[in-house]
Amino acid sequence: MVEALTIVLAMGVTRGWRASLSGAAVATLALAAIVAALGPALTVIPIEALRLVVGLLLLVFGLQWLRKAILRASGWRALRDEDAAFAREAAAAQGKTDWYAFTISFKGVLLEGLEVAFIVLTFGGAQENIPLAAVGAAAAAVLVIAAGIVVREPLSRVPENTLAFAVGVMLTTFGTFWGAEGAGVEWPGDDAALPFVLGFVLLISLGFVTALRRRRLATA
Amino acid sequence: MKRFARFWWNFIVGDDWRVAGGIGLGFAVTALVAATAVPAWWVLPLAVAAVLWLSLRRAAR
Repeated sequence: MVEALTIVLAMGVTRGWRASLSGAAVATLALAAIVAALGPALTVIPIEALRLVVGLLLLVFGLQWLRKAILRASGWRALRDEDAAFAREAAAAQGKTDWYAFTISFKGVLLEGLEVAFIVLTFGGAQENIPLAAVGAAAAAVLVIAAGIVVREPLSRVPENTLAFAVGVMLTTFGTFWGAEGAGVEWPGDDAALPFVLGFVLLISLGFVTALRRRRLATA
Repeated sequence: MKRFARFWWNFIVGDDWRVAGGIGLGFAVTALVAATAVPAWWVLPLAVAAVLWLSLRRAAR
């Protein structure tokens, strides 16, 4: 759930809240419909295949963001992409949806939601108390959403490229972690490996910024 | 139809198709290694680092 919150927050702060929250809301409705329609049969959905596809897409998106943020941070690109910013603002002014933010939020919430539904159905089924498991999941969701509301305002004061860099690092991290799991990888320590993947992505990204800055100075 | 297809291409692939291609290859190698007895967790992170660096080098010319 925390991963989904991170993705929704990242999209909301960098691209606008309307599209990001709409994506999350539609994913929640889709999830409710899937759970209602399938019930316990939900466990036949190939979660590994879903992780692979979502991981692949998140990784490709994340690398796009990270690449641009690194180029801006190292001086090889202007800090603000005026054309893209103008196009986004113009579309927002006409009431159009930012489909990019919508889709990323939708995918993140749907995948996480399906995993939670799996856990509720399997753990709850094993203890013959699915309603209790569902209540636990709902309580966790409320806590996570409350945390998101608290951090929303401080996040909006962070410089744009710093946020874009952080978003790129996070999407790349989740895409690598989930995608590898979908491809059949067993991470050492399971979920405990996620902070190490994050550390690796952050380290190489900062290293690339330093290397490109030096290259820029050498060619200036 | 062309605009629809271009939208999805730009949406998924972005401005450097080699990144998407390189990552796709990374996933394929990861799946192949994971199917053996060899631990495969290191393959994709290395592929990500290599793809990102090669793309940055091309852009920083």
